Amino acid sequence: MSRFQTTSTYIASRDLEVAVNAAVALQRPLLVKGEPGTGKTVLAQEVARALGMPLIEWHIKSTTKAQQGLYEYDAVARLRDGQLGDARVHDIGNYIVRGKLWDAFAADAPVVLLIDEIDKADIEFPNDLLLELDRMQFFVYETRETVKAKHRPVVIITSNNEKELPDAFLRRCFFHYIRFPDRATMEQIVQSHFPDIKQELAREALNVFFEVRNVSELKKKPATSELLDWLKLLMIEDLPPEVLRSQDPKTAIPPLYGALLKNEQDVHLFERLAFLSRQRQR
Amino acid sequence: MLAHFILALRTAGIPASLTEYLTLLRGMKEGVADYNVDDFYHLSRATLVKDERHLDRFDRVFGEIFKGLEPPAGDPGTEVRIPEEWLRKLAEKLLTEEERKQIEALGGFDKLMETLKQRLAEQKGRHQGGSKWIGTAGTSPFGAYGYNPEGVRIGQDESRHRRAVKIWDKREFKDLDDDVEIGTRNIKLALRRLRRFARQGAATELDLPDTIRATASNAGSLDLKLVPERHNTVKVLLFLDIGGSMDDHVRVCAELFSAARAEFKHLEHFYFHNCPYERLWKSNRRRRDSEVSTFEVLRTYGPDYKAIFVGDAAMSPYEIIQPGGSVEHWNEEPGRLWLERMLRHFRRSAWLNPMQERGWQGYHSAQILRQVMENRMFPLTLGGLEAMTRELSR
Repeated sequence: MSRFQTTSTYIASRDLEVAVNAAVALQRPLLVKGEPGTGKTVLAQEVARALGMPLIEWHIKSTTKAQQGLYEYDAVARLRDGQLGDARVHDIGNYIVRGKLWDAFAADAPVVLLIDEIDKADIEFPNDLLLELDRMQFFVYETRETVKAKHRPVVIITSNNEKELPDAFLRRCFFHYIRFPDRATMEQIVQSHFPDIKQELAREALNVFFEVRNVSELKKKPATSELLDWLKLLMIEDLPPEVLRSQDPKTAIPPLYGALLKNEQDVHLFERLAFLSRQRQR
Repeated sequence: MLAHFILALRTAGIPASLTEYLTLLRGMKEGVADYNVDDFYHLSRATLVKDERHLDRFDRVFGEIFKGLEPPAGDPGTEVRIPEEWLRKLAEKLLTEEERKQIEALGGFDKLMETLKQRLAEQKGRHQGGSKWIGTAGTSPFGAYGYNPEGVRIGQDESRHRRAVKIWDKREFKDLDDDVEIGTRNIKLALRRLRRFARQGAATELDLPDTIRATASNAGSLDLKLVPERHNTVKVLLFLDIGGSMDDHVRVCAELFSAARAEFKHLEHFYFHNCPYERLWKSNRRRRDSEVSTFEVLRTYGPDYKAIFVGDAAMSPYEIIQPGGSVEHWNEEPGRLWLERMLRHFRRSAWLNPMQERGWQGYHSAQILRQVMENRMFPLTLGGLEAMTRELSR
């Protein structure tokens, strides 16, 4: 069986590789948590690529119900058809709309199923999927048929920790917490995304980035995805690396900071810090 | 061996179960771990730990159980300096509040830690010469304050100095443990916990789409569907202790306050000093203008408000039980009476104490207040906040 490891586009730490391979080998869901912007969702895409499987994505919202992942019975359509005298109305199966989980179960080859941001949904949502994820089968009441997975899909679940997940659900998962990458890993990540970035620019940008992250009062610390966006901008604008050296007090706020700081309070905080450092230099 | 490991984890408070144990065994059988200690560590962590707050505890237990499994000496490894934060944390754990004050008087904590660090550096050099540990000489200033160098694991540091560092010994997940005080990252989690509790103020309202759906599947005969309301109906009154001994906890209280502010539509706050008396105030800067009578507060806010007191409860017992005991004015009635009045009025109330729980023992006043609160005093940690929200939403 093919194994998941660091690729040219996704730098995975050893513990992440082990966790993914364990989940694939034992056919159990992998729950991934971590700071926003550390590559939880991208992980599923990379796993699918590494294993050569198609990816089915199920993005969860606060209104998503577990049932929607299995199937939905479109009663309104049936009512309308009934009033119009459509012959389709006699077969209830015509009004069963398949969900993502059904798609994953019915696929002819094993797939990777991403359940993205499971914590956004109602507290009971994970509980409603317990049996389905455990046995990889479910029962359709309307048509009295049991849908069984032809191949157990590789299930990757991400969570941003907005709600706590039930114990019974956690028991069935492998768990991995994506830590914020350290500087060396970050350099690798930058290299893998922008192979032709100027070394000096990358170094200076990382200096600024980690400095910004070190400001402890920030409401939202920039993460990997913000760094990559910012680097892309810097490369498009073709800024010389010297600009990033914050020796000049006038440029204490990093250029194009909009990509890094996502909150006007954070921007204010930075302006204040810049002001203070200017005062100090006088 | 592994069963022993699971039991140790459970003792440490990580809820690993038989299911996970069997999964781990299966994982080993499938060869996920490749007979490599590091991979085994990763695999067992992914299998047995389901919450990042437990990762640190897991690392500790793992280190304990699998001592001696580390690669032989001579491996190129990272050397570990003792981070200052670490020393400070450990020292805080070891020292009681009074001892800390004493240290403060003796030139401050930083200076003491500085000396300790120096001493440690010297120690490493001297150890090769064969001299002894700190503490045994009897002249070290640290000993005088009950500061046991073993507690700071100076010994372990030395032994690691030559060996490869084990990953689990780096304990990188330390700040995610749920017993530590709330930090910048953790406050976000706490805020979310408050949100969950805020959502439980449930009412019922008509669910139109579901009614249509149900009516349709019911072949046209009306079928009303109701859902719990999602509105945030919880009302919260915050009473914050300010000034004096609370200065140490200003940051964490400010974080809690701004978190609560963002969460609750119905949030009011009042300040008091040490213990609530007949007057409270709304703004600390304009204290004289913003004072209100406590009776007025009780009249204005109904019993359905949840009252949360935030204070370290560290004061002279007289400030609670004696008329005229307040440090800043003459109070006709003791603070205890006022507190009891407020507790009688509000159906749900709790006290959050930013001081570490083991520190409460040292204060008679904290004991009294805890008794008055009928044990509803919680530490201002994530665990404490969770216990409080559970208590308040009961």
